[in-house]
Amino acid sequence: MTTMTAQATQVYQLFIRATPEQIWEAITTPEFTTQYFHGSAVESTLEPGSPWNGYSTDRSELWVDGEVLEAEAPRRLQHTWRALYNPETAAEPFSRVTWEIEPQENGTTLVTVVHDRLEDSPKTAESVSGTGWMHVLSGLKTLLETGQPIAG
Amino acid sequence: MNDDDAVFKALADPTRRHLLDRLYERDGRTLTELESELEMTRFGVMKHLRVLEDAGLVVTRRAGREKQHFLNPVPIRLVHDRWIDKYTEHRVAALSDLKKRLEESA
Repeated sequence: MTTMTAQATQVYQLFIRATPEQIWEAITTPEFTTQYFHGSAVESTLEPGSPWNGYSTDRSELWVDGEVLEAEAPRRLQHTWRALYNPETAAEPFSRVTWEIEPQENGTTLVTVVHDRLEDSPKTAESVSGTGWMHVLSGLKTLLETGQPIAG
Repeated sequence: MNDDDAVFKALADPTRRHLLDRLYERDGRTLTELESELEMTRFGVMKHLRVLEDAGLVVTRRAGREKQHFLNPVPIRLVHDRWIDKYTEHRVAALSDLKKRLEESA
């Protein structure tokens, strides 16, 4: 087995049978994010320069903090990201997450997540790779296509 | 061909699996980098990368003049959820049923 260092730029892409507007809403409102993003409730006004925060489902703890860099509903969202749920990742610099949402001709939408600027955040890179983003994105897809959160 | 077909077809070739392994080790490689490790023409490598791209397993992004190739693991995860989890869970359930039956009859 090759031991690997988690990548400093990670790209995830999937098709979701939903409109860009539905996907945008699912990414930016806590009613949706708590159902697929490890229970995390996102709070943001989406103004560039304003906070991009993720709270525990009951809002008692701040799990993730960041700042909105760009928000062009419903096509493109970019924010910085730091995981506070683990002391090691909390001590690392902010990384960056970009969501690209592109409608296709067949009624599906292509969602691309680029998580980059992870060069100096190896613990964060490791924690989001593997099943990290995949769990979130397959949960997002299931939620939007079936109306039900993914089991487990 | 549906999405699952494209993924299985893409994975059913040792060169393409090799390309995925190279990207797994280090993402964002250019065609030239990927080609340098294979005994194959540039055109051959491009053809294999195209099949991987069509299946969604490789995503390309432009960085300046370079075209970088990234491994996209999501389709494999979706195939796993659909085709592997289902059967392995069944097997585990069958074994636990067997254990229960054997213990009950003992």
